[in-house]
Amino acid sequence: MNEYYYELILDHWRYPRNKGKMKDPDAYAFDSNPLCGDEVEYALKLDDNKRVIDIKFDGHGCALSQASASILSELVKGKTIEEIKNMTKEELLRELGNPNLGPTRIKCALLSYKTLKLAVYSYLGKKLQEEIY
Amino acid sequence: MLDKQRIQIIKKDFPILNREVNEKKLVYLDNAATTQKPIQVIEAIRKYYEYYNANVHRGVYTLAEEATAAYEESRKEIVDFINANSYEEIIFVRNATEAINLVAYAWGRKFIKEGDKIVVSQMEHHSNLIPWQILSREKKAKLEFIGITEEGKLNEEDFNKIDKKTKLVAITHVSNVLGTINRVEEITKIAHELGALVLVDGAQSVPHMPVDVKKIDCDFLAFSGHKMLGPMGIGVLFAKREILEEMPPFLTGGEMIKNVDFYESTWNDLPWKYEAGTPNVEGAIGLAEAIRYLKNIGMENIRAHEKALVKLALSKLSDIKGLVIYGPKDPEIRGGVISFNLGNIHAHDVASILDQEGVQIRAGHHCAKLVMKKFNVPAMARASFYLYNDEEDIDALYSALNVTKKVFGLD
Ligand SMILES: Cc1ncc(COP(=O)(O)O)c(C=O)c1O
Repeated sequence: MNEYYYELILDHWRYPRNKGKMKDPDAYAFDSNPLCGDEVEYALKLDDNKRVIDIKFDGHGCALSQASASILSELVKGKTIEEIKNMTKEELLRELGNPNLGPTRIKCALLSYKTLKLAVYSYLGKKLQEEIY
Repeated sequence: MLDKQRIQIIKKDFPILNREVNEKKLVYLDNAATTQKPIQVIEAIRKYYEYYNANVHRGVYTLAEEATAAYEESRKEIVDFINANSYEEIIFVRNATEAINLVAYAWGRKFIKEGDKIVVSQMEHHSNLIPWQILSREKKAKLEFIGITEEGKLNEEDFNKIDKKTKLVAITHVSNVLGTINRVEEITKIAHELGALVLVDGAQSVPHMPVDVKKIDCDFLAFSGHKMLGPMGIGVLFAKREILEEMPPFLTGGEMIKNVDFYESTWNDLPWKYEAGTPNVEGAIGLAEAIRYLKNIGMENIRAHEKALVKLALSKLSDIKGLVIYGPKDPEIRGGVISFNLGNIHAHDVASILDQEGVQIRAGHHCAKLVMKKFNVPAMARASFYLYNDEEDIDALYSALNVTKKVFGLD
């Protein structure tokens, strides 16, 4: 019962990590899910080696979308842009505990992932080249 | 409310209500989105395909004549149901959305001119908003809004936005979010005195209460079959005959012509002038059967039943701390729709947990972003009733909401 509202998700929903705004980010993207109105934005600060030294996310929406954004922000801190680019959605889903999500809710869970990839690709001056959903 | 025994008999007509969801009894409370289908409707469609399927209006053989007769009989069922003057005023379309677009494209493009005004309300479903946004931009006409009060009613002070420049007032009869029953008769009277036409979006009224186009005196009425026990893909545009005669066609091609020459053609009689291509015959037959089902129970009785359910739900849910209900509190002016938010829990999370309990409700902006704006929320959860819902369904909703609070640690 209530299988994807377990403690990890609820904890990140109650106490989001890395939430807030960043001044002059090196990479940034915003995206939303028109169906439910979930919104997520990521702002990244990079060092000379293009490694994430700071990350902030902001947004609002369902617990799943916001907890996922918080969890992902922890996951990518310290990674390089290239590493994030090569990351797969399975890595995030594993981190979320591989919840059994239907076609609608998977979009909530992966909105953060999509937004982060958008930030990375736009930093690299490219169009997003990955099918997310 | 319909009595318990009657409801039990009705429930038996809906095979889907026997199924389980997540090992719980199915409690279907998303009737504003679409309704379930009784066995009578399913059987009528089956019989059509098993016994007399053929294209309509095109053949002289037995099957084609039977199919044509059934299709046109279905139209007559609708004439009677909304008290139109004749079959010429009933156009079969895909859904309410297509009905409204038909008016915007065919009537709007001929009759709306630069500087004209179109008045809609802030509680419109997007299907009764976007066509008017596009039309008014294209024609350099002005789009104006009747606002919503805190209570969730139309702001009557804005009725004076309907003026001599106004060519059309497009307004929903019942809000799919707030449940508000709007006084469309009065609005029509005001509009007509100033020379404007009125389109009523009946998607949430025609299925749930007696609707009489003569009494309202509206010029257009749009509704969808799938929201009233009928199949998907069939809807209706009612329009007054004299208006349909003046309007150019919308979609063109087969069916809708009378004479065809190399460079010019003439249009078929009403209503076929507006029904280009092979129509949805199974849809029309299914919808007519749905109407017979509804008439058998009685639209007055259905309205009374939903009113009683709303009254019960409003009072029962009011003791859930943190639950905010939007829309009028008076069941007299509210259809069977209850939209709400629970504390700071997102509507989608509420709907997901209710789903685990077998309770099927909708969450989101309900294609009414201007209503979300008014109440300053990104989304709402919505429970909506129909004739097969009963007190037990409201109890199930109530306890599932309490489960939701527990999961999220709300007290
Ligand atoms: C008030 C209202 N108008 C129009 C529509 C559009 O109906 P359909 O999607 O069947 O065209 C709906 C359905 O959601 C509605 O509730």
